[in-house]
Amino acid sequence: MIRILAALAGLVFAGVALLAFVMGAYNFATEDAVHSPEHEFHLEAHGPEGGFQFEGPLGTWDIAQLQRGYKVYKEVCSACHSLRYVAFRDLAELGYSEAQVKAEAATWMVPGIDPNTGEAIMVPGIPTDYFPSPYPNKVAAAAANNNAIPPDLSLMTKARHHGTDYVYSLLTGYTDPATFEKDGKRLLEEFPDFSTPPGLHFNPYFANLNLAMTPPLGVEGQVTFDDGTTATVPQMSKDVAAFLTWTAEPKLIERKQTGWPVILFLLFATVLAYFAKRQIWADVKPKKKD
Amino acid sequence: MSFPWAKEYTPASGFTKWVDEKLPLPRFVYNAVGAGYPVPRNLNYMWNFGVLAGFCLMLQIVTGVVLAMHYAANAQVAFGTVEHIMRDVNWGWMLRYMHANGASFFFLVLYLHIFRGLFYSSYKAPREMIWLLGVVIFLLSMATAFMGYVLPWGQMSFWGAKVITGLFSAIPLVGEPIQVWLLGGFAPDNAALNRFFSLHFLLPFVILGTVILHIWALHIPGSSNPTGVEVKSQSDTVPFHPYYTAKDGFGLGVFLIIYCLFVFYLPNMLGHPDNYIEANPLSTPAHIVPEWYFYPFYAILRAFTFDFILPAKLWGVLAMFSSILLWFLLPWLDRSPVRSGHYRPLFRAFFFVLLADMAVLFYCGGAPAEEPYVMISQIATAYYFLHFLVILPIVSSIEKPKPLPFSITEAVLKSDDKAVLGENASPAT
Amino acid sequence: MADATGAATAEPHKAGETMDAGEGGVRRRDFINIAALSAAGVGGAAVLYPLISQMAPSADVLAESTTEVDVSAIEPGQAIKAVFRKQPLFVRRLTPQEINEANAVPLGSLRDPQTLEERTKPGHTDMLVTMGVCTHLGCVPLGAAEGENRGEFGGYFCPCHGSQFDTAARIRKGPAPTNLVVPDYEFTSDTTIVVG
Repeated sequence: MIRILAALAGLVFAGVALLAFVMGAYNFATEDAVHSPEHEFHLEAHGPEGGFQFEGPLGTWDIAQLQRGYKVYKEVCSACHSLRYVAFRDLAELGYSEAQVKAEAATWMVPGIDPNTGEAIMVPGIPTDYFPSPYPNKVAAAAANNNAIPPDLSLMTKARHHGTDYVYSLLTGYTDPATFEKDGKRLLEEFPDFSTPPGLHFNPYFANLNLAMTPPLGVEGQVTFDDGTTATVPQMSKDVAAFLTWTAEPKLIERKQTGWPVILFLLFATVLAYFAKRQIWADVKPKKKD
Repeated sequence: MSFPWAKEYTPASGFTKWVDEKLPLPRFVYNAVGAGYPVPRNLNYMWNFGVLAGFCLMLQIVTGVVLAMHYAANAQVAFGTVEHIMRDVNWGWMLRYMHANGASFFFLVLYLHIFRGLFYSSYKAPREMIWLLGVVIFLLSMATAFMGYVLPWGQMSFWGAKVITGLFSAIPLVGEPIQVWLLGGFAPDNAALNRFFSLHFLLPFVILGTVILHIWALHIPGSSNPTGVEVKSQSDTVPFHPYYTAKDGFGLGVFLIIYCLFVFYLPNMLGHPDNYIEANPLSTPAHIVPEWYFYPFYAILRAFTFDFILPAKLWGVLAMFSSILLWFLLPWLDRSPVRSGHYRPLFRAFFFVLLADMAVLFYCGGAPAEEPYVMISQIATAYYFLHFLVILPIVSSIEKPKPLPFSITEAVLKSDDKAVLGENASPAT
Repeated sequence: MADATGAATAEPHKAGETMDAGEGGVRRRDFINIAALSAAGVGGAAVLYPLISQMAPSADVLAESTTEVDVSAIEPGQAIKAVFRKQPLFVRRLTPQEINEANAVPLGSLRDPQTLEERTKPGHTDMLVTMGVCTHLGCVPLGAAEGENRGEFGGYFCPCHGSQFDTAARIRKGPAPTNLVVPDYEFTSDTTIVVG
């Protein structure tokens, strides 16, 4: 009885699924496949030539690069993007001394309270403060940016697939849609109607191809690096991508460096466990014929 | 307890003797996982996954309790407290990655454990109760994992909670009120987050209790084995300790190496980037998917796209729940007197088709909801139901199994070699 | 990380006697089993370290452990309450009379003998900086705010169990075993102190 009922239930479910398949297949065969520029002209993110020093299981931070990236963030990105999960005290990990961190924190104005009147005012930051948002709230952020709220950057490189490469590609990827081609196909030949709406900017690394952010890094020398590195657009993009990798995962290197001893120990312990197991089982395994 | 030749616990010292009289816990452990539990001597490495699943449960409980010391289940701050754990708490990053990847590895181990049970028909009499309790553990684990995934309050957390509770809205008439009741609101918010946290903390202990019942039920008939032939004599078994403790110890080491590679070098590979964006009730991610271990069932849910008498949504929900609940019927659907897939050629062939089918469902579940993935998952879904509910009962009644070995000992020795603990290997009758 | 689960107890195994002879079988076998068990034990112990360490103060809590206080606005005879490590900090500017009262007390009569000099910074003996935490069981003594009961000795009075502190915040009467704690601090300018 149970088997008859089960078989009936199975046939019903399978039948309905197959029915859905037939309908789906009919639609698939009769309707034109949807083509879209987003689908066909989107480019996969790629990193800079030579990659990053923190990549790979033995990677380490390039402190000078992180400091340059911080400067790019401070002078360019921070005009619109917050970094809410990072505190000034964290900058000590970028090789700054306690005094430098304190001085750096004081260059930022953070929301505070007037100790005498209780009014909301802006005060110089101290190391325990977090990076301030450039806008007092979301409505202000939307209003100032044509309704596209600039996202917080603390976790950006973890919030996108291949995030570090994505940041790099996006910053260096702005181009003219009129001449853009992928795999030898020109965008405007395949999709003559394609256009970038006013207020948006064409960037094939962005999922929608058109993005609200104006190209933030436009000219060489936009930022002056303290270590004398030439601030080309790819250089600035690369450095800020590295900096944002650090903000997203400050424990990245600590994690990789903890991993090695753990795994080597486990390998050693597992080999021991294997031999112990063999010893213990030696007497009950049938002997192989010689 | 299970076999007359099981070694009896003998307290070695006056103290252990005293304990044994007042509370025979050491005796209990000795009989459960010590030398007092005779186990078939021919278990292969597929039998490691039960112990590993138990280990994963303990790992999740320990890391979870510790994370709960730093997490706050409040929609305003939940995402921030997770970042606090990742950045400021001593070893917080490691503990969180251990817990997040621990869930994935728990399911990996559970699936291997379940497929071992399916191939060797471990669900058959006299072990039906073990199997039924196992399915309960699996369902509880799914609920726990789902609620745990909501806690970081990222985009996937939020939309996962919304979509999964939305399944209940498919129930005619009472569906919508049930969804609102489950969430304590019209969309996931503080109320939902708090109850999910509470239940996510509670359920692992319920699972632990069910695991104890699962092991208790196991000790009544004793472990199954790769031949499917029941234990006949002492030469068929070895004591759990030291033989299987040593084997499980080695298995655990291999498991931990792979697990640690993920924790330390690929900690976010099994997660989704969108969950590093704080929950935003006003914007749905472009491509929402559950965690990988739910992909096959998610594919079944999405395979029903056609309103046949009932709405497609309700078909999907019914099918998804049925796809797991039907496992409860397995002991009565498979009538073959032979257990092991090794001696059932037709069953074995279909088993591998099922594995391939599950792999297809897995792939489609993670793919976007567009063609051809939907069509492929429809075929795979149809096969899934036919396999368990139609093919398996038919195969089990028409199949002619291969001859079984007389005993486990004979299967191990395969010939006339006599090397068993110095005894004659000829089986007892 | 490794765990002792798989290894169970350390009892010696009775693993058959069919070892290859001639290799010192028994000893080698014991050695490898003991080594494997020890490795499991070491691994299990190593796991305890992060599990224990996570309960210690986190980086953000440690970072807040210095506090800067502007003391310029405190008039003689007044006190302010600041916060140091999430606990009250009393900063009090003593009047000349209060200083004299404190110095007049014979050290030998004190439960926790300390002079006012020792409890303040050179050149700033009128600035008394103490934790606002009673050394008995941690209540906040009264006397810092205007109009609060300062006790019999004109310093601070703890309402929980009646400990009385004098103008140098030294314990004079009641159950508290020691004077109110003077935290580590320094004057970074004439009007600013940094505590911690």
